[in-house]
Amino acid sequence: MKKLLIATTALAFSAGLAMAQDVVRMGTEGAYPPWNFINDNGDVDGFERELGDELCARANLNCEWVTNDWDSIIPNLVSGNYDTIIAGMSVTDERDEVIDFTQAYTPPDPSSFLAASADVDVENGVVAAQTATIQAAFIAEKGWKLVEFATPEETVAAVRNGEADAVLADTSYLAPFADEDGLVMLERTEMIGGGVGMGIRESDGDLRARFDAAIQSMKDDGTLNAMIMKWEVASTW
Amino acid sequence: MVTYRTVRAVSAARMPALIMFAHCTDPAALSGLSWLSCYLTTGKHMNLYVSVVVVLVLLAITAPAALAFGFGGATAARSNFPPLRWLGQSYIAVVRGVPDIAFFLFFVIALDQAFEYLRHRVKCSDWTEPVRQGNDFIVCQAAKLPLSTSPQWVHEVYGFFLAVLTFAIVFGAFAANVLFGAMRAVPHGQLETAEAYGMNRRQTFWRVLVPQMWLYALPGLSNLWMILIKATPLLFLLGVEDIVYWARELGQTANARFTEYPHGDWRLWYFSALLVFYLGFTRVSEIAFDRLNRRLLKGQATMGGSS
Repeated sequence: MKKLLIATTALAFSAGLAMAQDVVRMGTEGAYPPWNFINDNGDVDGFERELGDELCARANLNCEWVTNDWDSIIPNLVSGNYDTIIAGMSVTDERDEVIDFTQAYTPPDPSSFLAASADVDVENGVVAAQTATIQAAFIAEKGWKLVEFATPEETVAAVRNGEADAVLADTSYLAPFADEDGLVMLERTEMIGGGVGMGIRESDGDLRARFDAAIQSMKDDGTLNAMIMKWEVASTW
Repeated sequence: MVTYRTVRAVSAARMPALIMFAHCTDPAALSGLSWLSCYLTTGKHMNLYVSVVVVLVLLAITAPAALAFGFGGATAARSNFPPLRWLGQSYIAVVRGVPDIAFFLFFVIALDQAFEYLRHRVKCSDWTEPVRQGNDFIVCQAAKLPLSTSPQWVHEVYGFFLAVLTFAIVFGAFAANVLFGAMRAVPHGQLETAEAYGMNRRQTFWRVLVPQMWLYALPGLSNLWMILIKATPLLFLLGVEDIVYWARELGQTANARFTEYPHGDWRLWYFSALLVFYLGFTRVSEIAFDRLNRRLLKGQATMGGSS
């Protein structure tokens, strides 16, 4: 009994010590406007920058921003190089096996096709997508021809130079490209994924709870919806 | 249909924008060379120029470090003491045989975890939970390297040094192979003469073998230097933002919603500039190696020599 008491106190102390670590490192990609991008000054900017700063303020945390390329964003989180992933990452079961997600902070964003002309047949043509995204998985599941690229910019460039017939990505990302250089957004949209949430290590339940509470408070007082509308990233709650 | 704000880019920035020249406060009103002068001096472009310095510093530190690893590996591989010989030869064989990318991707995370684990054992010896929990690698806060509370620049410098160490290990194996061959190429007569003069093995090695070995090592080492220059973009895999990363980032289509300097897909221009940079750099290196080669040839009984 005495040993149990000591052990629990020790654990409580160490948990308290963990909470005393105020600096939370927020990992993002920095190449996916309007969610996250690097502004003219070289700083991380975008919907998620503003959202992240607000969440950190509400959760009483000191946040530092770190960029990491998309392919190694989950391994580096799991390895402890930063503490969260806030990079337009949709909640999927496959990712949930490796990391934990907070509740979604945007509703599922429809994905659209951007093509060189309006009469492109996506089911029989070549569709471009970024590697390891839900859109790439969607195309692969459907059995259409998929060509993958490391960055979202390259997927759009592929359509411009004819390598692919269309690109499938979040509507909010493709919207600025529509009607430029003769690219058109097709009428057809796909609903993929379960909303965008923050990725957190499975062992960091405490941090996840704090961010969950902060997200919920932002949903409750309407500031989240206002931010979504300002950046035009998705539909509102 | 979405409407766009084109008056001012939407931003969450808190830092004041870097404005180099007085006429850059309203980029929308500029065109031609003045627009270009403002565009090339934004804070984001400064990162590109800094990354050139970062790459040069990386090369300046990695080359001697790789040479040191190579020298150590080559002497170990030539050693009379079997375990040392096996160590040297297996270092050369394994690192040369495994694809470099596998080393860069694996080593950086593995080295980082190894350092943190050692610090964890020393600093938090009373930690009862396992270090690997499921998928996660967890050490106590005091053992993290760098500490979570350190500023971002500390993290970047640490990442840089991890990159230097990994590059040095990988290129060191290739250098070890080159030096191993070069050491064996020195005419045996030279070593026998040294022995006849009464020099012990150590003296023969440092006074006769090593000075003559450089001539035979130079073609292989100059080759490695060129490859090292061109391998610097791999820094991106190690999380260090190098020239190629910034060229790719800056060349992306910039929409007016997110920047004061919208432009199309300019990656071709940025990569052309990179091409000129790398070609220039390698050309200068070639000239330098040529001069070094001519100096080392003096008095040697090789085809290019003058003896």
